[in-house]
Amino acid sequence: MTLLLEVTDLVKHFPIKRGILIDREVDQVRAVDGVGFQVERGETLGLVGESGSGKSTACRAVLQLIKPTSGSVKFEGQEIAGLGRRQMTPLRREMQMIFQDPYASLNPRKRIGQIVGDPLKRQGVASGSELRRQVQELLERVGLSSEHFSRYPHEFSGGQRQRIGIARALALKPKLVICDEPVSALDVSIQAQIVNLLDDLQDELGLAYLFVAHDIGVVRHIADRIAVMNEGKIVEQGSADQVCEQPKDEYTKKLLAAVPIPDPKESRERHQRSSVQ
Amino acid sequence: MSQAPLLSVRDLRVGFATEEGVVQAVDGVSFDLRPGEVLAIVGESGSGKSVTAQTLIGLTRANNARIEGSVQLDGAELTEASDAEMRRLRGERIAMVFQDPMTSFNPVYRIGAQIVEAIRAHRPDTSKQQGKARVVELFEAVGIPKAAQRVDDYPHEFSGGMRQRAMIAMALALEPEVLIADEPTTALDVTIQAQILDLLEQLNREHNLATILITHDLGVVAEVADRVLVMYAGKVVEQGTLDEIFYDPQHPYTWGLLGSLTRIDRPRPHRLPQIAGQPPSLLDLPDGCPFRPRCPHEFGKCSEYPGLDARLAEAPEHRDRCWLTPEEKREKRMVEGQIGLEAPR
Repeated sequence: MTLLLEVTDLVKHFPIKRGILIDREVDQVRAVDGVGFQVERGETLGLVGESGSGKSTACRAVLQLIKPTSGSVKFEGQEIAGLGRRQMTPLRREMQMIFQDPYASLNPRKRIGQIVGDPLKRQGVASGSELRRQVQELLERVGLSSEHFSRYPHEFSGGQRQRIGIARALALKPKLVICDEPVSALDVSIQAQIVNLLDDLQDELGLAYLFVAHDIGVVRHIADRIAVMNEGKIVEQGSADQVCEQPKDEYTKKLLAAVPIPDPKESRERHQRSSVQ
Repeated sequence: MSQAPLLSVRDLRVGFATEEGVVQAVDGVSFDLRPGEVLAIVGESGSGKSVTAQTLIGLTRANNARIEGSVQLDGAELTEASDAEMRRLRGERIAMVFQDPMTSFNPVYRIGAQIVEAIRAHRPDTSKQQGKARVVELFEAVGIPKAAQRVDDYPHEFSGGMRQRAMIAMALALEPEVLIADEPTTALDVTIQAQILDLLEQLNREHNLATILITHDLGVVAEVADRVLVMYAGKVVEQGTLDEIFYDPQHPYTWGLLGSLTRIDRPRPHRLPQIAGQPPSLLDLPDGCPFRPRCPHEFGKCSEYPGLDARLAEAPEHRDRCWLTPEEKREKRMVEGQIGLEAPR
């Protein structure tokens, strides 16, 4: 395996400003505070933490959607931290994102074909009938039908919309896909479909995922390795089984204890144990 | 369970007229709810679980809605109650907690004041001071720290979990007998979810509150429910006690729901079992069993929809809508993997 993404000492602080005419910086929110991890080609790194732990900010800083305060982000050996919009454009083909909310992340006034085809058009990869052919192929690949090309987002359910978001992310054949809570807005039964789809696509296309979620139970299913984030820092990192079965950090243990066990008997036992303590 | 039911729902049907036709969102749902009991209604988006709950407190009374059947609270018929009667009853006897704690409060009023307003609407002789004291008491009961200071906060100053606690405090303000919680933890982190579920369970115990929990997540159900209704396309497809549903599930849809859960305490399977396809459109339901197109066990008889019947001699209250015999079901469950887990106890 070869290294695809290497993040070292990534920092993103947001200033808190006071004052009317002269902005004084009174404090900082240390959203990401010295985070380091690596993603190899074709593997999945799960990034887990609660709301406010800085995991989404870390993703955005990796993609240069927000400018990191300091630290290094290397993609295939090339330093990308601090690159401008234009310099990032060719790199956007290589790294794409899937968003949490399938209702907010698709423009309601555009047809599916436009939504999925937009990255291809912008990057000048395809146009006209070739674009249409590629988009239809993508739709079929993510489990939709090529007839969905001219439909609008409101005609689809949450799970189907997330498939559209996945098709859009895959349009440029990226090497890395950052998935920011891709299943947390979906029904549990549909979550399994999307997790399996992401798994299949990884096998077919050799994708690497940075999979961000607050539910360590879901992350364990898809991730090869897991990094646990709390208050802007990574508190534990290791193979998925190791982190879930022999957690070392107290915060990791807390996350694991919160995952509901869908077994009434064991759930009752767990409650008794915790009320004894 | 010899206690008389507090809430009794019989053959509830809710249809909405739309431009494309009538959507029968709830199609013949019946259940009883007793004091101190937690009933979970489980299903995917569009299964009719939320519409059922909203109809109980008269929130689906729209011009295009058609509500049939009976909802009785302590023997009083609610489907025929006037809007004024329903308003008196809401909060006072039946209260509801909604899914999204971010949008359930008005952002421009202080949280405490919003709850005081709700109390004073029902108890006009309560002074503002008394109302506020009551809110502090409620905040303490639902575990909001520094309750006396936080009553004067605005909604944006509360985190998601705290807002949901405040929602629950508001629901409990008038000491209702029935609490309906519609996906109360879906918008929250798992860690906060665990806290809110603990809180609901504690309240249920301490106040003998009858609770209806609506969710799509059977993992949540296992933590708190006594009985479970599984809904699909507007109908109950299986109902039983918590253990019956988890250890001897009868309907292939329930198997699918149970199978798609991730388990942190078990080795991970190579692939998550999933329910194929999408929930059907209520405007275009297939003939017979609506789960038929997604069901791996479909056979000739499925073109006719079975009634919600007890099929197990040993469990007369465990009912389901599937033509397979109990023996066939057990066999197929084994093949599909350990769905239905092990035998109870």
